[in-house]
Amino acid sequence: MSVVVLCAALPGLDPLTGGEVLVAQNVAFAVIGLTMVAAALRMVTTTNVVHAALYLVIVLAGAAGLFILLGAEFVAVTQVLVYIGAIVVLFLFGIMLTRGSYGTDEDVGRERHLMAALVGVLVLGVTAGSLVDTFRDAELARSAPSTAAQIGDSIFGQYIVPFEAISVLLLAALIGAVVVARSD
Amino acid sequence: MLLNQFLLLSAVLFAIGVYGVLARRNGVLVLMSIELILNAVNINLVSFAAFREAVPGEVFALFVVAVAAAEVGVGLAMVLLLYRNRRNIDLTEIDLMRG
Amino acid sequence: MGGLFVLAASAAGSLPLGVTESGNWFLRNAWLIPLLPALSFVGILFFGKRLPRGGSELGIAALGIALLLSVCTGLAWMSHRDDYHGQETHLSVVAVDHDGRAADPGGHQVHGEPSVAVTNTVTWFQAGGVEFTAGTLVDGPAVMMLFMVTLVSLLIHVYSTDYVAGDRRYTHFFAFMSLFSASMLLLVVSENTLQLLVAWELVGVCSFVLIGHWWEERDNSDAALKAFLTNRVGDMGLIVGVTVLFFAVGAARPDTFGSFSIVETNALASSGMLPHTTLLIAACCLMAAVMSKSGQFFLHTWLPDAMAGPTPVSALIHAATMVVAGVFMIARLYGVFFEGLSIAGTSINLMALVGGFTTLVGACLAFVQRDIKKVLAYSTISQLGYMVMALGVGAWTAAMFHLFTHAFFKACLFLGSGSVSHAVHSFDMKSDMGGLRRVMPHTYRTFMIGSIALAGLPPLAGFWSKDEILAGTGGWGLLGGTGGNGAYTLMLVMGMVTAALTAAYMTRCVYLTFFGEYRGHGQPHESGPRITVPLWILAGLALVAGFANLPKGFQLVPESLQERFGHYVEPVAGYFPQVTHATPSWSLAMVSTLVVLAGIGVAAHYYFVRVARASKAAGQSLTELPNGPTTRLAVARLGHTLLANKYYLDHLYTGIVAGGTKGPVARFAYRTNQEVLDRAVDGVGRTAVAAGRVVYHQIDQKVVDGFINGSGQVSIDSGEKLRRIQSGKVQNYAAILFAAATVLAGLLIVFV
Repeated sequence: MSVVVLCAALPGLDPLTGGEVLVAQNVAFAVIGLTMVAAALRMVTTTNVVHAALYLVIVLAGAAGLFILLGAEFVAVTQVLVYIGAIVVLFLFGIMLTRGSYGTDEDVGRERHLMAALVGVLVLGVTAGSLVDTFRDAELARSAPSTAAQIGDSIFGQYIVPFEAISVLLLAALIGAVVVARSD
Repeated sequence: MLLNQFLLLSAVLFAIGVYGVLARRNGVLVLMSIELILNAVNINLVSFAAFREAVPGEVFALFVVAVAAAEVGVGLAMVLLLYRNRRNIDLTEIDLMRG
Repeated sequence: MGGLFVLAASAAGSLPLGVTESGNWFLRNAWLIPLLPALSFVGILFFGKRLPRGGSELGIAALGIALLLSVCTGLAWMSHRDDYHGQETHLSVVAVDHDGRAADPGGHQVHGEPSVAVTNTVTWFQAGGVEFTAGTLVDGPAVMMLFMVTLVSLLIHVYSTDYVAGDRRYTHFFAFMSLFSASMLLLVVSENTLQLLVAWELVGVCSFVLIGHWWEERDNSDAALKAFLTNRVGDMGLIVGVTVLFFAVGAARPDTFGSFSIVETNALASSGMLPHTTLLIAACCLMAAVMSKSGQFFLHTWLPDAMAGPTPVSALIHAATMVVAGVFMIARLYGVFFEGLSIAGTSINLMALVGGFTTLVGACLAFVQRDIKKVLAYSTISQLGYMVMALGVGAWTAAMFHLFTHAFFKACLFLGSGSVSHAVHSFDMKSDMGGLRRVMPHTYRTFMIGSIALAGLPPLAGFWSKDEILAGTGGWGLLGGTGGNGAYTLMLVMGMVTAALTAAYMTRCVYLTFFGEYRGHGQPHESGPRITVPLWILAGLALVAGFANLPKGFQLVPESLQERFGHYVEPVAGYFPQVTHATPSWSLAMVSTLVVLAGIGVAAHYYFVRVARASKAAGQSLTELPNGPTTRLAVARLGHTLLANKYYLDHLYTGIVAGGTKGPVARFAYRTNQEVLDRAVDGVGRTAVAAGRVVYHQIDQKVVDGFINGSGQVSIDSGEKLRRIQSGKVQNYAAILFAAATVLAGLLIVFV
């Protein structure tokens, strides 16, 4: 546990500005972050598909926690409701209906894992490198969390067209899913 | 808190998602990995929203959630179809386009 | 809306638009008219199959109400035009031109008693600080089109209930006919170019679907695709043109960076606030759209093929309404075209030339068709050319009037041809028709009326509108000049020649279809009342529609009956350019009538006298003289071949444009190879044989072969290795994609 605290404190120890260190938030971040990474890693490596779905739940819940930390409460609630409440259930149904995959997913060759890992590391390297280079020590200083009212204003005002587009997309996906999965 | 700690976490999740998409054979697992990628994107969006103290980032995170729902719906339908036709959802065995 | 317009009194440098937001209920609520068929489309789609008559009753009901509303709107517009002046509620727009000069409302005098269009808009969406509106602009041309489209569409719906009865996609047919009517009505009331674009594309889609109604046959689906793709070419022009205008208007207005509003665009263009070059570019782009949609030369090739669709579709879409969308668009944005192409005061411009050329080309092609619908299709092309030419010479009212009358007689002719084909189960005039006047008296009579109206003999509809166009060219200097916008003598000549050709090919068509002896099989019979009643209504309109716009100074009627159509349809407002009206002349009318009579006379002499005599001699019903001019004269034969192959335009597109230059290049290469290289090689070869024998064993076998074999082996090996990338496994592709994208992103970050 002490390692966790140490990790948490590290980003907060700002040697350049010596600004206020929000220890509690950083601790929370470290706990959530490490849990998410661990769960994500287990999710993509476990051979049991149902377990993978449960690990996904952990990652998604962690993301919701991060959203609360970032002051985006509405998004966090949506994340829990939609992702954990609906999408994961959908996944579980998918697993149940495709019985061939129920249970274990046997491993594939080393070559394939190596290739995937290589690409993953490459992606991480380039992204992380450019992020560190670009944002360095930019501070998050949010004065107040955003409210649902603000988001509603924004969606139904400025972003009404994308919103309508998304609703059409959802409808199309709904119909498409029905058509594709229909048994006759 | 630093902006970068969120962005880096999201980058790690993204990379893990990419690994999952590329390495797993099970169609459902590949879809889950895509969800992971989308979540990493969402974390990015919300972090920038907090960084700039602006709402649009969060709005787009919500849009991403909606798109993800659509994607899972169609994706799982396709996996079901695959399973019905081949009794198997192993993506490595689908190579009709082999040259 | 308020943000876009400011009231006239409130600001200096503002330009009156001649538009108001108040007016009669019918004028403000014209949006109901397109809405009704749109609702019926949805209704037919969802419930059509369950209704007793397969959904057709929904479409007919919707169009019936829409027609009623259109008539009310028309009457309301007429009283509005006469009584309402409402200057105090004029909308206007603040503008400065590219030199920074403010608009001078005094400099833009309205000619004659002003008309005030009624607009009703709502905000469609906002993006980037610009309000995009949707709404209706009700003025003369819109009201005229509303009436024309709803009436023709209703009649054709009624006709279709018989014509496509028993079709396997009966419901589908009516659903799309409804959608088409809705889109066309939306197009004519469009308040801005964006909305116009949407409606424009919608009618295109409906046209595509309906041409391919019987898509099981390859030809039909090919024709649908051809229509759609040819229209796409022009649509690009429309999109570019609309965008150019959007920013052009924005540049002239200090308070916004762009506007799609039609009235603003026109007002700014016709008051000289927009740079001429911009207008020229926009006009040329929009011209491309007109050329594809309204079948102008050289993008007209889709229109005859579009006859693959059911006949009611040809009548409604490809003769009476959709194809005039291009003409209507010119009429709507006339300020842009008038200024951009400098129509006033010249004797030639792009639009007049395209129109004039099309009208000739189409009329010539109509001569050689065997298929009765293709005759009418080329005739449509020719008449559309007439309208575009009229707009090109500045005869706006004449063009609109011709559009109006043409819709009736051409729909009548098309429906007549459908009635004939219904009876003989074919469209081929030469092999399956002839002598039908006895068995199909109603079709015969209405077809005759339509033909005479199209040929342009007084007093039928076509005569009045055609004559106005000819007068409008301003090229008639004889016996009291006509004074149009310029001296377009060339267009006058083209129009005259076309008038003669039109009369002649319609005579041929009538003879082949209705005279002589029946050449087909089976017993043809007259069609039922649901086909003949619409025919008679359209024929009746073809008879009388011409009286709507008796020419000014026509001494036989009181002045209150002259130029009624022009008075109510032509806008006299800030958003309309100041066109000069030509004065009609008796001498021109007489000469054009004589020309038409000459055309009929020549063709009648050929068919009714000589072919009929030859038929009697041969004892069978002939369709041409056994040794006619095409067999005797080389020039005539050449002309016939050229026309029969449609000027080789399709060959040009598929063979040369689409196939690139590979044909000629290949032939040239082949000839060079055969004649030059081969001989040279032969000669060289013979002398070299001896030397070659020596070389062969030493160099060729060892060095060259080794090299060639080696390079072959390398390519096989590398191919074998590269083949593995093409594994067909999605995840391998994804891996390559991810890796490549990441590497590229990294390079971008490092180097940019």
